[in-house]
Amino acid sequence: MQRKQRLSRQTAYFIPYVLWIGLFVIAPVILLVYQSFFDINGHFTLGNYQTYFSSNTYLMMTLNSVWYAFLITLATLVISYPTAYVLNATKHPQLWLLLIIMPTWINLLLKAYAFIGIFSQAGIANQFLQFIGLAPQQILFTKFSFIFVAAYIQIPFMVLPIYNSISELNPSYVNASKDLGATSWQTFSKVIFPLTLPGVKAGVQAVFIPSLSLFMLTRLIGGNKVITLGTAIEEHFLTTMNWGMGSTIGVILIIAMVIIMSLTGGSKRRTKRGLTK
Amino acid sequence: MSIRNFKWRNLYLWFVFIVLYAPIIFLIVYSFSKGETMNNFHGFTWAHYQDLFADSRLIAIFLDTLLVALLSSILATIVGTLGALGISQTTRAITKNTLLSLNNILMVSPDVIIGASFLIFFTALKIPLGFGSVLLSHIAFSIPIVVLMVLPKVQEMSRSLLDAAADLGANSWQLLSQVTIPYIMPGILSGFFMALTYSLDDFAVTFFVTGNGFSTLSVEIYSRARQGINLEINALSGLMFLMALILVIGYYFINQYSSRHRHASTRGRRK
Repeated sequence: MQRKQRLSRQTAYFIPYVLWIGLFVIAPVILLVYQSFFDINGHFTLGNYQTYFSSNTYLMMTLNSVWYAFLITLATLVISYPTAYVLNATKHPQLWLLLIIMPTWINLLLKAYAFIGIFSQAGIANQFLQFIGLAPQQILFTKFSFIFVAAYIQIPFMVLPIYNSISELNPSYVNASKDLGATSWQTFSKVIFPLTLPGVKAGVQAVFIPSLSLFMLTRLIGGNKVITLGTAIEEHFLTTMNWGMGSTIGVILIIAMVIIMSLTGGSKRRTKRGLTK
Repeated sequence: MSIRNFKWRNLYLWFVFIVLYAPIIFLIVYSFSKGETMNNFHGFTWAHYQDLFADSRLIAIFLDTLLVALLSSILATIVGTLGALGISQTTRAITKNTLLSLNNILMVSPDVIIGASFLIFFTALKIPLGFGSVLLSHIAFSIPIVVLMVLPKVQEMSRSLLDAAADLGANSWQLLSQVTIPYIMPGILSGFFMALTYSLDDFAVTFFVTGNGFSTLSVEIYSRARQGINLEINALSGLMFLMALILVIGYYFINQYSSRHRHASTRGRRK
């Protein structure tokens, strides 16, 4: 009897949370899908999807966005895997890890702003190029600068999951492989890498999905040379006010996200700080 | 061979470390530079910090940002903690898994999707864009992280603790306030802390739902950075770096506190 009463009280405590799920998780997604069936004048239509799938511009933009996200993820992975690997071998891996993660605590826009200064015409990057005897280049507002800055921002999110899986790797597998006569490369490609693949997948997921939607970097650093799905959504919602088309692209982005999550196995949530596992 | 190998490894780590920190240090160094650009250091000055403190618009935005962060993280902590308690009460596995999946939706969704869908949501409900919509959004995207921080603590708590308190005559309010809450306090604190940093850091969601009159620091930095270099932003980054440092240290102490708390409770149990 008493327990029953306690349970009903518990249900009452639960109401705000359930309300939150209904209002801020389910309703917005439904509204986004619903909105994608309306044109700019508020008439119900399938036209947005028709436009999307018959227009080269939209399809190329989507392909481009996926391609850039792929390049960013690849660059991040190539830098992060060795970092995590070396990190694991140091005397104080936790301290190094903290130092690698620390920059994520600095506001993303400030980091982007720093690169506006570094990559500018007379900036430190061009001064360096001149110093080693090369002609100064236009670096800011290029595709290269977009990929560079995006990778810079994402590195800690890739290092963390890979480090976690490397640190869980039992060293006796590596020793066994060496004892059985494997070369360093064989040990790495047949033993270490497959065993740390879950960490790599988690990292790829944590980097790829946000890379599809980094609209502030395409504006500040890419100089609108790169249009990602995120840029297109922002443009449609806040500039051209065509919410229907924006929502359609949003639905495409959600589908892309689900595909990536199913390829990399489940939702390994990315906590922004990386300090919680 | 192994010594040379070791050096190369450390060199690489130092290289990554320097690349990660160089832009941040670069920003802060130029906040002390005379002149208008980030190209050549023209000598030391506090002028940009003086400009910053004289910029009443920026100070108002800073206070707004802080207010939104504090209010949203307090409210998100309350709702999230109750949510975690509720989730742990569910008896059927399917209900629990559904709730947890719904909880994680906002954590994996890209920011633009959250921002755009909230914008449609507020417009549909005729909620005016401004302080209110930003606050509601920040509460909404902070709740799942609070749940994730609190839930393990709730699940770690033994049922017999509650049963014992109930047998000794505690009513349900006393059970919550004197048994459950103190036990899960470390989780609540880290949840609150995470919510605070999420809110302070958010740009994309706020950018969508902020409307015209209201602004937060991130949105303001974005609009100023689009106009080009302004060393006042460098001074701001210096201050925000200090703030981030304080937050990191704060988070470290919360973690220390919770691990000490855990040790104390296990020692108590063994006795």
